Amino acid sequence: MHDPRGYPPKVTGKRLAPRLTSLDGKVVYLVDCQFDNSDAFMEQMRQWFAEHLPNVKTRIIETRESWVDDPEMRAKVEADGDAAILGVGL
Amino acid sequence: MSLEERGVPTVAVHTNVFARLARATALAAGMPRARQVFLPQPVVGVSPGELRNYIHGNDKVTGRPFVQEVIEGLTRPLDEDDLKGATFERSTPRLLEPDTEENLHELFIRNRWTDMLPVVLPTQERVERMLKGTSHAADKIVGKLRPTAFREFWEFDVEKVAVNAVMAGARPEYFPVILAMAASGQTARSSSTNSFATISIVNGPIRNEIGMDSGIGVMGPYNHANATIGRAYGLLSQNLQGGSVPGESYMGTLGNWYAYTACLPEAEERSPWEPFHVQHGFKPTDSTVSIFFGGWYTHAGQGPRETWQSLLIRTLVATDHYLPPFLVMDPVAARDFEKLGFSKQALIDWCAQNAKLPARDYWDNQWIQTLMHPLAVAGVEPYASKLKAKPEELVTLFQPEDINIIVAGGETQGFWKIFGGRYGGRGPGAPATTTGKAAPATLSVDAWR
Repeated sequence: MHDPRGYPPKVTGKRLAPRLTSLDGKVVYLVDCQFDNSDAFMEQMRQWFAEHLPNVKTRIIETRESWVDDPEMRAKVEADGDAAILGVGL
Repeated sequence: MSLEERGVPTVAVHTNVFARLARATALAAGMPRARQVFLPQPVVGVSPGELRNYIHGNDKVTGRPFVQEVIEGLTRPLDEDDLKGATFERSTPRLLEPDTEENLHELFIRNRWTDMLPVVLPTQERVERMLKGTSHAADKIVGKLRPTAFREFWEFDVEKVAVNAVMAGARPEYFPVILAMAASGQTARSSSTNSFATISIVNGPIRNEIGMDSGIGVMGPYNHANATIGRAYGLLSQNLQGGSVPGESYMGTLGNWYAYTACLPEAEERSPWEPFHVQHGFKPTDSTVSIFFGGWYTHAGQGPRETWQSLLIRTLVATDHYLPPFLVMDPVAARDFEKLGFSKQALIDWCAQNAKLPARDYWDNQWIQTLMHPLAVAGVEPYASKLKAKPEELVTLFQPEDINIIVAGGETQGFWKIFGGRYGGRGPGAPATTTGKAAPATLSVDAWR
Protein backbone atom coordinates (compact mmCIF):
# COMPACT_ATOMS: atom_id res chain seq x y z
CA MET A 1 0.00 0.00 0.00
CA HIS A 2 1.32 3.43 -0.95
CA ASP A 3 1.74 6.37 1.41
CA PRO A 4 -0.18 9.33 -0.12
CA ARG A 5 1.93 12.14 1.31
CA GLY A 6 4.43 14.32 -0.54
CA TYR A 7 8.05 14.90 0.34
CA PRO A 8 8.67 17.47 3.09
CA PRO A 9 11.72 19.73 2.97
CA LYS A 10 14.55 19.42 5.47
CA VAL A 11 14.12 21.88 8.31
CA THR A 12 17.22 23.93 9.02
CA GLY A 13 17.41 25.43 12.48
CA LYS A 14 17.77 29.18 12.83
CA ARG A 15 19.03 31.00 15.90
CA LEU A 16 16.98 33.61 17.63
CA ALA A 17 18.50 37.08 17.88
CA PRO A 18 20.22 37.96 21.15
CA ARG A 19 17.74 39.50 23.58
CA LEU A 20 18.05 42.98 25.04
CA THR A 21 19.01 43.36 28.68
CA SER A 22 16.38 46.06 29.03
CA LEU A 23 14.01 48.05 26.83
CA ASP A 24 15.03 51.28 28.56
CA GLY A 25 16.05 53.85 25.96
CA LYS A 26 15.61 51.38 23.13
CA VAL A 27 13.67 51.81 19.89
CA VAL A 28 10.89 49.25 19.52
CA TYR A 29 9.17 49.09 16.16
CA LEU A 30 5.48 48.24 16.26
CA VAL A 31 4.95 46.55 12.91
CA ASP A 32 1.39 46.84 11.63
CA CYS A 33 1.00 43.82 9.36
CA GLN A 34 -2.07 45.45 7.77
CA PHE A 35 -4.58 42.89 8.85
CA ASP A 36 -7.96 44.56 9.39
CA ASN A 37 -7.80 46.55 12.68
CA SER A 38 -4.14 45.74 13.39
CA ASP A 39 -3.44 49.47 13.03
CA ALA A 40 -5.80 50.13 15.93
CA PHE A 41 -4.09 47.43 17.99
CA MET A 42 -0.63 48.86 17.36
CA GLU A 43 -1.85 52.33 18.29
CA GLN A 44 -3.05 50.90 21.62
CA MET A 45 0.34 49.24 22.09
CA ARG A 46 2.03 52.58 21.40
CA GLN A 47 -0.17 54.31 23.99
CA TRP A 48 0.49 51.55 26.52
CA PHE A 49 4.25 51.99 26.18
CA ALA A 50 3.91 55.79 26.42
CA GLU A 51 1.97 55.47 29.65
CA HIS A 52 3.78 52.60 31.33
CA LEU A 53 7.32 52.55 29.90
CA PRO A 54 7.91 56.11 28.67
CA ASN A 55 11.63 55.50 28.26
CA VAL A 56 10.94 53.07 25.45
CA LYS A 57 10.82 54.78 22.06
CA THR A 58 8.10 53.19 19.92
CA ARG A 59 7.60 53.72 16.22
CA ILE A 60 4.68 52.32 14.25
CA ILE A 61 5.57 51.06 10.81
CA GLU A 62 3.34 49.39 8.22
CA THR A 63 4.20 46.56 5.91
CA ARG A 64 3.78 47.37 2.24
CA GLU A 65 0.95 44.85 1.88
CA SER A 66 -0.74 42.26 4.03
CA TRP A 67 1.02 38.87 4.06
CA VAL A 68 3.69 39.97 1.64
CA ASP A 69 7.36 40.11 2.61
CA ASP A 70 8.54 43.70 2.78
CA PRO A 71 12.35 43.94 2.55
CA GLU A 72 12.27 47.74 2.81
CA MET A 73 10.38 47.60 6.08
CA ARG A 74 12.75 44.94 7.41
CA ALA A 75 15.79 46.99 6.41
CA LYS A 76 14.43 50.05 8.19
CA VAL A 77 13.68 48.13 11.38
CA GLU A 78 17.10 46.49 11.27
CA ALA A 79 18.87 49.81 10.72
CA ASP A 80 16.98 52.00 13.18
CA GLY A 81 15.41 49.65 15.70
CA ASP A 82 16.49 47.55 18.65
CA ALA A 83 13.44 45.25 18.75
CA ALA A 84 10.13 44.66 17.02
CA ILE A 85 6.60 43.63 17.89
CA LEU A 86 4.68 42.34 14.88
CA GLY A 87 0.96 41.82 14.55
CA VAL A 88 -1.73 40.97 14.28
CA GLY A 89 -2.10 37.70 12.49
CA LEU A 90 0.18 35.48 10.49
CA MET B 1 11.37 35.39 11.68
CA SER B 2 13.40 37.19 9.00
CA LEU B 3 14.05 39.98 11.49
CA GLU B 4 15.29 37.48 14.10
CA GLU B 5 17.77 36.13 11.57
CA ARG B 6 19.02 39.68 11.08
CA GLY B 7 19.63 40.13 14.79
CA VAL B 8 16.45 42.00 15.76
CA PRO B 9 14.67 40.44 18.75
CA THR B 10 11.04 40.04 17.82
CA VAL B 11 7.71 39.11 19.31
CA ALA B 12 4.84 38.11 17.02
CA VAL B 13 1.28 38.81 18.14
CA HIS B 14 -1.43 36.36 17.07
CA THR B 15 -4.91 35.51 18.25
CA ASN B 16 -5.37 32.33 20.22
CA VAL B 17 -7.24 30.35 17.56
CA PHE B 18 -4.08 30.48 15.45
CA ALA B 19 -1.81 29.11 18.19
CA ARG B 20 -1.30 25.63 16.71
CA LEU B 21 -0.84 27.04 13.23
CA ALA B 22 1.64 29.69 14.43
CA ARG B 23 3.70 27.14 16.32
CA ALA B 24 3.69 24.62 13.49
CA THR B 25 4.82 27.36 11.11
CA ALA B 26 7.67 28.39 13.41
CA LEU B 27 8.76 24.77 13.79
CA ALA B 28 8.79 24.18 10.03
CA ALA B 29 10.83 27.37 9.64
CA GLY B 30 13.47 25.98 12.02
CA MET B 31 12.66 28.44 14.78
CA PRO B 32 10.33 26.61 17.16
CA ARG B 33 11.23 28.92 20.05
CA ALA B 34 10.23 32.09 18.18
CA ARG B 35 8.50 34.33 20.69
CA GLN B 36 4.75 34.35 20.11
CA VAL B 37 2.04 35.94 22.22
CA PHE B 38 -1.68 35.41 21.90
CA LEU B 39 -4.62 37.80 22.13
CA PRO B 40 -8.25 36.73 22.34
CA GLN B 41 -10.03 36.28 19.03
CA PRO B 42 -11.24 38.48 17.36
CA VAL B 43 -9.23 41.60 16.68
CA VAL B 44 -11.28 42.54 13.61
CA GLY B 45 -14.22 44.75 14.50
CA VAL B 46 -13.06 45.31 18.09
CA SER B 47 -13.05 48.86 19.54
CA PRO B 48 -9.86 50.59 20.72
CA GLY B 49 -11.07 50.24 24.30
CA GLU B 50 -11.50 46.50 23.95
CA LEU B 51 -8.07 46.23 22.34
CA ARG B 52 -6.63 48.10 25.31
CA ASN B 53 -8.36 45.58 27.60
CA TYR B 54 -6.72 42.77 25.62
CA ILE B 55 -3.33 44.41 26.30
CA HIS B 56 -4.09 44.72 30.00
CA GLY B 57 -5.37 41.13 30.12
CA ASN B 58 -3.67 37.77 29.96
CA ASP B 59 -2.09 35.91 27.07
CA LYS B 60 -4.91 33.61 25.95
CA VAL B 61 -2.61 30.62 25.63
CA THR B 62 -0.22 30.88 28.56
CA GLY B 63 -2.56 32.67 30.96
CA ARG B 64 0.24 35.05 31.98
CA PRO B 65 -0.10 38.84 31.68
CA PHE B 66 0.06 39.77 27.99
CA VAL B 67 2.49 42.69 28.35
CA GLN B 68 4.76 40.60 30.56
CA GLU B 69 4.94 37.99 27.81
CA VAL B 70 5.75 40.71 25.27
CA ILE B 71 8.49 42.33 27.34
CA GLU B 72 10.04 39.03 28.39
CA GLY B 73 9.92 37.88 24.80
CA LEU B 74 12.27 40.73 23.93
CA THR B 75 14.46 40.70 27.04
CA ARG B 76 14.61 37.23 28.64
CA PRO B 77 18.06 35.75 27.94
CA LEU B 78 18.19 32.93 25.43
CA ASP B 79 18.83 29.40 26.60
CA GLU B 80 20.61 26.58 24.80
CA ASP B 81 17.54 25.46 22.86
CA ASP B 82 16.89 29.00 21.64
CA LEU B 83 20.39 29.25 20.27
CA LYS B 84 20.51 26.03 18.33
CA GLY B 85 17.16 26.25 16.60
CA ALA B 86 15.79 23.01 15.25
CA THR B 87 17.39 21.14 12.39
CA PHE B 88 15.76 17.87 11.41
CA GLU B 89 14.97 15.68 8.46
CA ARG B 90 11.41 14.58 7.80
CA SER B 91 10.55 11.82 5.44
CA THR B 92 7.50 9.99 4.22
CA PRO B 93 7.80 6.35 3.19
CA ARG B 94 6.89 5.16 -0.28
CA LEU B 95 4.97 2.20 1.11
CA LEU B 96 3.03 1.56 4.30
CA GLU B 97 3.27 -1.48 6.53
CA PRO B 98 0.93 -4.24 5.33
CA ASP B 99 -2.35 -4.51 7.24
CA THR B 100 -5.95 -5.55 6.78
CA GLU B 101 -8.17 -3.51 4.47
CA GLU B 102 -10.29 -2.40 7.41
CA ASN B 103 -7.28 -1.27 9.43
CA LEU B 104 -5.79 0.58 6.47
CA HIS B 105 -9.04 2.46 5.87
CA GLU B 106 -9.02 3.41 9.55
CA LEU B 107 -5.37 4.52 9.30
CA PHE B 108 -6.13 6.78 6.34
CA ILE B 109 -9.01 8.42 8.22
CA ARG B 110 -7.03 8.74 11.48
CA ASN B 111 -4.13 10.39 9.64
CA ARG B 112 -6.52 12.74 7.81
CA TRP B 113 -5.39 11.50 4.41
CA THR B 114 -8.99 11.38 3.14
CA ASP B 115 -11.81 13.88 2.64
CA MET B 116 -13.79 11.76 5.14
CA LEU B 117 -15.64 9.98 2.35
CA PRO B 118 -14.54 6.42 1.55
CA VAL B 119 -11.43 6.21 -0.64
CA VAL B 120 -10.03 3.54 -2.91
CA LEU B 121 -6.95 2.16 -1.15
CA PRO B 122 -3.83 2.87 -3.27
CA THR B 123 -2.42 -0.62 -3.70
CA GLN B 124 0.73 -1.03 -5.78
CA GLU B 125 -1.30 -2.71 -8.50
CA ARG B 126 -3.81 0.16 -8.70
CA VAL B 127 -1.08 2.79 -8.69
CA GLU B 128 0.77 0.92 -11.46
CA ARG B 129 -2.43 0.95 -13.51
CA MET B 130 -2.90 4.69 -12.94
CA LEU B 131 0.68 5.36 -14.05
CA LYS B 132 -0.17 3.88 -17.46
CA GLY B 133 -2.32 7.00 -18.01
CA THR B 134 0.78 9.10 -18.67
CA SER B 135 4.03 8.72 -20.60
CA HIS B 136 5.97 10.42 -17.81
CA ALA B 137 8.22 8.45 -15.49
CA ALA B 138 6.91 7.67 -12.01
CA ASP B 139 9.79 9.51 -10.36
CA LYS B 140 9.51 12.68 -12.44
CA ILE B 141 9.03 15.66 -10.14
CA VAL B 142 5.67 17.31 -10.88
CA GLY B 143 5.81 20.32 -8.60
CA LYS B 144 5.42 21.73 -5.12
CA LEU B 145 2.44 22.81 -3.06
CA ARG B 146 1.82 24.51 0.26
CA PRO B 147 -1.36 25.53 2.06
CA THR B 148 -0.50 29.22 2.25
CA ALA B 149 2.26 31.67 1.46
CA PHE B 150 3.92 31.49 4.89
CA ARG B 151 4.24 27.68 4.99
CA GLU B 152 6.97 25.52 3.49
CA PHE B 153 6.62 23.84 0.10
CA TRP B 154 6.37 20.05 -0.13
CA GLU B 155 7.50 18.34 -3.33
CA PHE B 156 6.00 15.38 -5.16
CA ASP B 157 6.50 13.15 -8.18
CA VAL B 158 4.20 11.50 -10.71
CA GLU B 159 3.76 8.40 -8.56
CA LYS B 160 2.58 10.40 -5.55
CA VAL B 161 -0.03 12.12 -7.73
CA ALA B 162 -1.10 8.68 -9.02
CA VAL B 163 -1.59 7.46 -5.44
CA ASN B 164 -4.02 10.28 -4.74
CA ALA B 165 -5.77 9.86 -8.08
CA VAL B 166 -6.40 6.21 -7.19
CA MET B 167 -7.77 7.23 -3.80
CA ALA B 168 -10.24 9.59 -5.49
CA GLY B 169 -11.55 6.77 -7.69
CA ALA B 170 -10.20 8.28 -10.91
CA ARG B 171 -9.42 6.18 -14.01
CA PRO B 172 -6.01 6.15 -15.75
CA GLU B 173 -7.36 8.05 -18.76
CA TYR B 174 -8.14 11.01 -16.48
CA PHE B 175 -4.58 11.11 -15.15
CA PRO B 176 -3.14 13.79 -17.52
CA VAL B 177 -5.81 16.26 -16.33
CA ILE B 178 -5.01 15.48 -12.70
CA LEU B 179 -1.26 15.84 -13.30
CA ALA B 180 -1.83 19.25 -14.91
CA MET B 181 -3.78 20.35 -11.82
CA ALA B 182 -1.02 19.05 -9.54
CA ALA B 183 1.60 20.91 -11.60
CA SER B 184 -0.27 24.22 -11.28
CA GLY B 185 1.33 25.25 -7.97
CA GLN B 186 -2.17 26.21 -6.84
CA THR B 187 -3.44 24.26 -3.85
CA ALA B 188 -7.07 23.22 -3.69
CA ARG B 189 -6.71 23.14 0.11
CA SER B 190 -5.79 26.67 1.08
CA SER B 191 -5.50 27.11 4.85
CA SER B 192 -7.11 30.57 4.64
CA THR B 193 -9.75 31.53 7.19
CA ASN B 194 -11.90 32.41 4.17
CA SER B 195 -12.72 28.78 3.37
CA PHE B 196 -11.48 28.78 -0.21
CA ALA B 197 -12.07 26.01 -2.72
CA THR B 198 -10.93 25.67 -6.30
CA ILE B 199 -13.25 25.24 -9.26
CA SER B 200 -11.64 23.79 -12.39
CA ILE B 201 -12.73 24.03 -16.03
CA VAL B 202 -11.61 21.48 -18.62
CA ASN B 203 -11.41 22.47 -22.28
CA GLY B 204 -10.42 20.81 -25.54
CA PRO B 205 -10.59 17.28 -26.94
CA ILE B 206 -9.71 15.56 -23.64
CA ARG B 207 -13.24 16.29 -22.39
CA ASN B 208 -14.81 13.93 -24.89
CA GLU B 209 -11.92 11.44 -24.92
CA ILE B 210 -12.42 10.66 -21.24
CA GLY B 211 -16.20 10.93 -21.19
CA MET B 212 -16.71 14.17 -19.27
CA ASP B 213 -20.24 15.52 -19.54
CA SER B 214 -21.03 19.23 -19.97
CA GLY B 215 -24.79 18.59 -20.14
CA ILE B 216 -27.55 17.96 -17.62
CA GLY B 217 -26.28 18.08 -14.05
CA VAL B 218 -22.78 19.17 -15.11
CA MET B 219 -22.00 20.41 -11.60
CA GLY B 220 -23.76 17.54 -9.83
CA PRO B 221 -22.92 13.93 -8.92
CA TYR B 222 -23.72 12.51 -12.36
CA ASN B 223 -20.50 12.00 -14.28
CA HIS B 224 -17.62 9.81 -13.17
CA ALA B 225 -14.82 11.87 -14.73
CA ASN B 226 -16.19 15.26 -13.62
CA ALA B 227 -16.62 14.00 -10.06
CA THR B 228 -13.40 12.07 -9.52
CA ILE B 229 -11.04 14.52 -11.24
CA GLY B 230 -12.25 17.31 -8.98
CA ARG B 231 -11.97 15.06 -5.95
CA ALA B 232 -8.46 13.98 -6.92
CA TYR B 233 -7.34 17.62 -7.02
CA GLY B 234 -8.52 18.10 -3.46
CA LEU B 235 -6.97 14.91 -2.11
CA LEU B 236 -3.64 15.41 -3.84
CA SER B 237 -3.51 18.99 -2.56
CA GLN B 238 -4.00 18.09 1.07
CA ASN B 239 -1.66 15.09 1.06
CA LEU B 240 1.12 16.39 -1.16
CA GLN B 241 1.37 19.77 0.62
CA GLY B 242 1.74 18.18 4.05
CA GLY B 243 -1.84 18.16 5.27
CA SER B 244 -5.05 20.08 5.69
CA VAL B 245 -5.81 19.66 9.37
CA PRO B 246 -8.28 21.97 11.13
CA GLY B 247 -6.53 24.32 13.55
CA GLU B 248 -3.08 23.38 12.28
CA SER B 249 -2.97 23.67 8.51
CA TYR B 250 -6.61 24.54 7.75
CA MET B 251 -8.34 27.57 9.26
CA GLY B 252 -11.42 28.05 7.03
CA THR B 253 -14.05 29.13 9.49
CA LEU B 254 -17.04 27.64 7.63
CA GLY B 255 -15.33 25.21 5.30
CA ASN B 256 -16.49 24.79 1.73
CA TRP B 257 -18.57 22.08 0.09
CA TYR B 258 -16.90 22.79 -3.25
CA ALA B 259 -13.73 21.40 -1.67
CA TYR B 260 -15.13 17.86 -2.09
CA THR B 261 -15.12 18.16 -5.85
CA ALA B 262 -15.63 21.02 -8.31
CA CYS B 263 -14.58 20.33 -11.89
CA LEU B 264 -16.59 20.74 -15.06
CA PRO B 265 -15.99 20.68 -18.81
CA GLU B 266 -17.07 23.62 -20.94
CA ALA B 267 -19.86 22.93 -23.45
CA GLU B 268 -17.73 24.22 -26.31
CA GLU B 269 -19.83 22.63 -29.08
CA ARG B 270 -23.03 24.26 -27.81
CA SER B 271 -21.64 27.66 -26.84
CA PRO B 272 -22.16 30.70 -29.08
CA TRP B 273 -18.81 32.05 -27.92
CA GLU B 274 -15.22 30.92 -28.25
CA PRO B 275 -14.01 28.37 -25.70
CA PHE B 276 -12.43 29.64 -22.51
CA HIS B 277 -8.97 28.23 -23.27
CA VAL B 278 -8.95 29.82 -26.74
CA GLN B 279 -9.61 33.19 -25.09
CA HIS B 280 -6.40 32.58 -23.19
CA GLY B 281 -4.12 31.79 -26.07
CA PHE B 282 -4.57 28.07 -26.63
CA LYS B 283 -5.70 26.40 -29.85
CA PRO B 284 -9.14 24.75 -29.99
CA THR B 285 -7.36 21.42 -30.43
CA ASP B 286 -5.35 21.89 -27.22
CA SER B 287 -6.58 20.27 -24.05
CA THR B 288 -6.35 22.37 -20.91
CA VAL B 289 -7.55 22.80 -17.38
CA SER B 290 -8.20 26.25 -15.92
CA ILE B 291 -8.30 26.88 -12.20
CA PHE B 292 -10.43 29.37 -10.30
CA PHE B 293 -9.54 30.02 -6.67
CA GLY B 294 -12.53 30.97 -4.56
CA GLY B 295 -15.89 29.30 -4.19
CA TRP B 296 -17.08 31.68 -1.48
CA TYR B 297 -20.48 32.56 -2.88
CA THR B 298 -23.01 31.24 -5.36
CA HIS B 299 -25.83 33.29 -6.84
CA ALA B 300 -28.23 32.21 -9.55
CA GLY B 301 -30.79 33.52 -11.99
CA GLN B 302 -32.53 32.93 -15.30
CA GLY B 303 -32.53 34.88 -18.42
CA PRO B 304 -32.05 37.26 -20.02
CA ARG B 305 -35.68 38.05 -19.23
CA GLU B 306 -37.29 41.51 -19.42
CA THR B 307 -35.61 42.79 -16.24
CA TRP B 308 -32.29 40.97 -16.74
CA GLN B 309 -30.23 44.11 -16.30
CA SER B 310 -31.67 44.81 -12.86
CA LEU B 311 -31.31 41.15 -11.85
CA LEU B 312 -27.71 40.92 -12.98
CA ILE B 313 -26.75 44.17 -11.26
CA ARG B 314 -28.44 43.11 -8.00
CA THR B 315 -26.65 39.79 -8.15
CA LEU B 316 -23.22 41.24 -8.88
CA VAL B 317 -23.58 43.86 -6.17
CA ALA B 318 -24.56 41.14 -3.68
CA THR B 319 -21.28 39.31 -4.18
CA ASP B 320 -18.40 39.64 -1.75
CA HIS B 321 -16.52 41.99 -4.01
CA TYR B 322 -13.05 40.99 -2.87
CA LEU B 323 -13.52 37.87 -4.94
CA PRO B 324 -14.48 38.54 -8.57
CA PRO B 325 -17.32 36.65 -10.19
CA PHE B 326 -17.24 33.98 -12.81
CA LEU B 327 -20.46 32.99 -14.49
CA VAL B 328 -21.37 29.48 -15.55
CA MET B 329 -24.10 29.97 -18.11
CA ASP B 330 -26.37 27.38 -19.65
CA PRO B 331 -26.09 27.42 -23.48
CA VAL B 332 -29.74 28.55 -23.66
CA ALA B 333 -28.96 31.69 -21.65
CA ALA B 334 -25.69 32.27 -23.51
CA ARG B 335 -27.42 32.10 -26.90
CA ASP B 336 -30.12 34.49 -25.67
CA PHE B 337 -27.48 36.99 -24.60
CA GLU B 338 -25.88 36.60 -27.99
CA LYS B 339 -29.23 37.34 -29.67
CA LEU B 340 -29.29 40.59 -27.67
CA GLY B 341 -26.00 41.42 -29.38
CA PHE B 342 -23.57 40.47 -26.65
CA SER B 343 -20.26 38.86 -27.37
CA LYS B 344 -18.72 37.25 -24.30
CA GLN B 345 -16.40 40.22 -23.84
CA ALA B 346 -19.24 42.71 -24.31
CA LEU B 347 -21.23 41.00 -21.57
CA ILE B 348 -18.18 41.01 -19.28
CA ASP B 349 -17.66 44.71 -19.97
CA TRP B 350 -21.33 45.40 -19.22
CA CYS B 351 -21.02 43.61 -15.87
CA ALA B 352 -17.85 45.52 -14.97
CA GLN B 353 -19.40 48.88 -15.87
CA ASN B 354 -22.69 48.34 -14.07
CA ALA B 355 -21.76 46.58 -10.84
CA LYS B 356 -21.29 49.56 -8.51
CA LEU B 357 -21.56 50.44 -4.85
CA PRO B 358 -21.06 53.65 -2.86
CA ALA B 359 -17.36 54.00 -2.01
CA ARG B 360 -18.13 53.70 1.70
CA ASP B 361 -19.74 50.28 1.16
CA TYR B 362 -16.94 49.19 -1.16
CA TRP B 363 -14.24 49.92 1.41
CA ASP B 364 -16.23 48.50 4.33
CA ASN B 365 -15.21 44.97 3.47
CA GLN B 366 -12.62 43.11 5.53
CA TRP B 367 -10.61 41.84 2.59
CA ILE B 368 -10.89 44.96 0.50
CA GLN B 369 -9.67 46.83 3.56
CA THR B 370 -6.88 44.37 4.35
CA LEU B 371 -5.59 43.65 0.86
CA MET B 372 -6.68 46.46 -1.45
CA HIS B 373 -6.41 49.44 0.90
CA PRO B 374 -2.59 49.23 1.16
CA LEU B 375 -2.45 49.17 -2.64
CA ALA B 376 -4.72 52.22 -2.82
CA VAL B 377 -2.52 54.10 -0.36
CA ALA B 378 0.50 53.16 -2.48
CA GLY B 379 -1.19 54.74 -5.52
CA VAL B 380 -2.03 51.52 -7.36
CA GLU B 381 -5.00 51.90 -9.71
CA PRO B 382 -7.93 51.38 -9.78
CA TYR B 383 -7.86 51.24 -5.98
CA ALA B 384 -6.26 54.67 -5.55
CA SER B 385 -9.12 56.38 -7.42
CA LYS B 386 -11.71 54.47 -5.43
CA LEU B 387 -10.06 55.66 -2.23
CA LYS B 388 -10.34 59.26 -3.42
CA ALA B 389 -14.08 58.89 -4.10
CA LYS B 390 -16.52 60.53 -1.71
CA PRO B 391 -18.37 58.06 0.57
CA GLU B 392 -21.64 58.27 -1.43
CA GLU B 393 -19.95 58.22 -4.83
CA LEU B 394 -20.57 55.04 -6.81
CA VAL B 395 -17.46 53.05 -7.65
CA THR B 396 -17.18 49.97 -9.83
CA LEU B 397 -16.56 46.68 -8.04
CA PHE B 398 -14.68 44.74 -10.69
CA GLN B 399 -12.34 45.23 -13.60
CA PRO B 400 -13.33 43.49 -16.88
CA GLU B 401 -10.23 41.30 -16.67
CA ASP B 402 -11.42 39.99 -13.28
CA ILE B 403 -14.72 38.62 -14.67
CA ASN B 404 -15.01 35.34 -16.55
CA ILE B 405 -17.78 33.41 -18.30
CA ILE B 406 -17.98 29.66 -18.94
CA VAL B 407 -20.77 27.94 -20.89
CA ALA B 408 -22.07 24.59 -19.59
CA GLY B 409 -25.36 22.93 -18.77
CA GLY B 410 -28.09 20.67 -20.07
CA GLU B 411 -30.35 23.27 -21.77
CA THR B 412 -33.36 22.28 -19.69
CA GLN B 413 -33.68 26.01 -18.91
CA GLY B 414 -31.81 29.27 -19.40
CA PHE B 415 -30.13 29.21 -16.00
CA TRP B 416 -26.90 30.81 -14.87
CA LYS B 417 -24.87 30.76 -11.70
CA ILE B 418 -22.28 33.21 -10.45
CA PHE B 419 -19.42 31.93 -8.33
CA GLY B 420 -16.71 33.81 -6.49
CA GLY B 421 -13.55 32.76 -8.24
CA ARG B 422 -10.28 34.43 -9.05
CA TYR B 423 -8.83 33.05 -12.28
CA GLY B 424 -5.69 31.13 -11.31
CA GLY B 425 -5.60 32.69 -7.89
CA ARG B 426 -4.28 35.93 -9.34
CA GLY B 427 -4.63 39.11 -7.38
CA PRO B 428 -3.89 40.50 -3.95
CA GLY B 429 -3.84 37.88 -1.23
CA ALA B 430 -3.41 34.98 -3.62
CA PRO B 431 -1.11 32.24 -2.40
CA ALA B 432 2.36 32.49 -3.90
CA THR B 433 3.80 29.63 -5.93
CA THR B 434 7.34 28.32 -5.98
CA THR B 435 8.30 31.18 -8.26
CA GLY B 436 6.72 33.76 -5.99
CA LYS B 437 4.34 34.67 -8.82
CA ALA B 438 0.67 33.84 -9.24
CA ALA B 439 -0.13 30.28 -10.24
CA PRO B 440 -0.55 29.63 -13.98
CA ALA B 441 -4.25 29.95 -14.65
CA THR B 442 -4.72 27.62 -17.63
CA LEU B 443 -2.51 24.55 -17.87
CA SER B 444 -1.79 22.22 -20.73
CA VAL B 445 -3.19 18.73 -20.23
CA ASP B 446 -1.37 17.56 -23.36
CA ALA B 447 1.96 18.16 -21.63
CA TRP B 448 1.04 15.40 -19.18
CA ARG B 449 -0.25 12.74 -21.59
